[in-house]
Amino acid sequence: MTASAVVTGLGVAAPNGLGTQDFWAATRAGKSGIGRITRFDPARYPSQLAGEIPGFAAEELLPGRLLPQTDRMTRLALVAADWALADAGVRPADLPAFDMGVVTASASGGFEFGQGELQKLWSKGSQYVSAYQSFAWFYAVNSGQISIRNGMKGPSGVIVSDQAGGLDAVAQARRQIRKGTPLIVTGAVDASICPWGWVAQMAGGRLSTRSEPARAYLPFDDEASGHVPGEGGAILILEEASAARRRGAKIYGEIAGYGTTFDPRPGSGRPPGLRRAIELALRDARLEPSDVDVVFADAAALPDHDRVEAEAIGAVFGPRGVPVTAPKSMTGRLYSGGAPLDLSAALLAIEEGLIPPTVNVAPSPGYGLDLVVAQPRPARLRTAMVLARGHGGFNSAMAVRAL
Amino acid sequence: MTGRRVVITGMEVLAPGGVGVEQFWSLLSEGRTATRGITFFDPAPFRSKVAAEMDFDGEAHGLSPQEARRMDRAAQFAVVAARGAVADSGIEMDRCDPHRVGVTLGSAVGATMSLDQEYRVVSDGGRLDLVDHTYTVPHIYDYLVPSSFVAEVAWAVGAEGAAAMVSTGCTSGIDSVGHAVELIREGTADIMVAGSSDAPISPITMACFDAIKATTPRTDHPAGASRPFDASRNGFVLGEGCAVFVLEERESARRRGAHVYAEIAGYATRSNAHHMTGLRQDGAEMAEAIRAALDEAVLDAEDIDYINAHGSGTKQNDRHETAAFKKSLGDHAYRTPVSSIKSMVGHSLGAIGSIEIAASVLAMKHHVVPPTANLHTADPECDLDYVPLTAREHRTDAVLTVGSGFGGFQSAMVLARTDRPERGAA
Repeated sequence: MTASAVVTGLGVAAPNGLGTQDFWAATRAGKSGIGRITRFDPARYPSQLAGEIPGFAAEELLPGRLLPQTDRMTRLALVAADWALADAGVRPADLPAFDMGVVTASASGGFEFGQGELQKLWSKGSQYVSAYQSFAWFYAVNSGQISIRNGMKGPSGVIVSDQAGGLDAVAQARRQIRKGTPLIVTGAVDASICPWGWVAQMAGGRLSTRSEPARAYLPFDDEASGHVPGEGGAILILEEASAARRRGAKIYGEIAGYGTTFDPRPGSGRPPGLRRAIELALRDARLEPSDVDVVFADAAALPDHDRVEAEAIGAVFGPRGVPVTAPKSMTGRLYSGGAPLDLSAALLAIEEGLIPPTVNVAPSPGYGLDLVVAQPRPARLRTAMVLARGHGGFNSAMAVRAL
Repeated sequence: MTGRRVVITGMEVLAPGGVGVEQFWSLLSEGRTATRGITFFDPAPFRSKVAAEMDFDGEAHGLSPQEARRMDRAAQFAVVAARGAVADSGIEMDRCDPHRVGVTLGSAVGATMSLDQEYRVVSDGGRLDLVDHTYTVPHIYDYLVPSSFVAEVAWAVGAEGAAAMVSTGCTSGIDSVGHAVELIREGTADIMVAGSSDAPISPITMACFDAIKATTPRTDHPAGASRPFDASRNGFVLGEGCAVFVLEERESARRRGAHVYAEIAGYATRSNAHHMTGLRQDGAEMAEAIRAALDEAVLDAEDIDYINAHGSGTKQNDRHETAAFKKSLGDHAYRTPVSSIKSMVGHSLGAIGSIEIAASVLAMKHHVVPPTANLHTADPECDLDYVPLTAREHRTDAVLTVGSGFGGFQSAMVLARTDRPERGAA
């Protein structure tokens, strides 16, 4: 019998709520965290909206020595990990060090930190570059820093697959649980809302250029014209189910199934891979499509991408066959942080029996989706499917289930 | 899917000193070094002025002009190596189910070189805080998020299965291949194109390693600058490169009559939970990774014929891993040849782990252990057999290769010839 991996703790850092409670209160109420960028003056750029996390006081939450060596995304990740461990009722110091590992995803590393050091390099000279640049910006930094802060010596890892990475990391964490490590800290937090990160994101051509926050990010709407980026994500505590039960832990739910695929090369004429990822996740979870009570969509908000996703959902679950939602319409797309945040929202939705809404969207009938819009929808929820796609062709799907 | 075992059936190496497995092996087996004074940019302002650079022209290795334009150098390495590895394996990808073919690539620093160059342009030499978006190249998002390398390789080989980048700093090259092995074992894929690539020789990388004095300041004799285990070592030499493998489930490889280089018998990773760049001298966590990898391989310490060391040539690394070998292998550590090919090809960060897997495979193929170049007087605290200067003929049926990196990651992999005499195998 394969060990079951369950979620026992959540640590959330989202644009519409810092901390799980605030995030869920905002999300179930349809309250958005998207607004005009404040971190720098965006006036010169075509895209000016983002999901920023307001009021994050790292200096009150982390030791001062960590501040000069960390990018914002690492500070958020360290704090989210602290919250997740506290939520799980786990004190790492009480556990054997090799029984705990850390597997996170990252899309772009500590990019804001990197901009600062590149600026010193090219404007002042190489001798002004911080010693911390050697690790503050690279993709492995969050796993490393979380393992050090919490004394975790077990198997760790770092996955990069753009937005899909958030699910791929949780899947890798589950693999380590199954191989015998009792506890893995997993999930992802991303942030690159700095001018240098911003121009790199804009160049992809997938950002909305609308200036009104309620009209900018409209997945599955006829007016969809790209997404709004955000920052943040979620850190989850994964434990082997029987060990979690033995210690009387609260269990949010089980990571029941996972599937991942890669799209065919452009121009090949072969079908895209998202449908297959969903089917693989169902098979892995031994679920029928009818067992799934809600789908948290990737919600790219580009017509071609929305069509591919709607077709995949329709092919598996039938026309309007399952409620679909995109609470990321309230946070923006958080890159690798997005899917762990959706997993958290899915587990909280199951707990409350309430599907959070997709805000601001008038669903295009052409997609044939039962999109939960405007108001949250009460429902008896047991199983949720979270979808995430990464630029270039990464598709991942993960099913979570109440126990 | 229990009992599935994973073998290497194809490989390609792009390393300083030459493109291709043959050039790589002749460099190693002759004990030559590929380190030189930096030519990619003016190294004058930097503390460390040497690197193991590759002479590489993507178009000469089959990339189209458009591919060469859009891809970062490390992505170019990866695509060339992936095509080479698939060709070497003899697999006709057109006849495989693409859904059962996956890709994992390791990289520590992704598209650093392109990001450094492009930043310089959009910031107008660092003058602009609010960098100028009208000067960006259209594909800069692919530099921001280096999983683009994986996409390029998946397109190049026609893979539509599990695909991801594994980016655990300097152990990425082992962890990426280890990840691919797990995917085949669990049944997610039947064939994985797996390896790693880094091209970090750019001013920002040199500057940050200068700042922590991780790289050598030696300038007098670039060919002798990388000196693992030598008493006079004073830092690593930055390198670049790539190695990619074709991994297959053993029985299906046998069925198609594939040439099998070796089995990847065991893999494990642990963290030191100590410091982002520092190491505790007892090597306990690397030792734990080694023990776990041997357990997975169902091999004893005595089965290991050669240790391909991390051997970066920093003061603390070489002592750290010497301690780890003794702790995990006991007395057998003293009887086993240990060497560091970083003495010859430098330290290519996330790529080197895969390049070292390739060196380990070739050591088994030829029953020749590559040397540690530039090792004239060993550090008295490094008291194992480091195969100084000259390659050695040595019966090699099983190899341990290890990596250690920033973030505290410690990884170990055990490779074995599939025709080795079995001892107590499961």
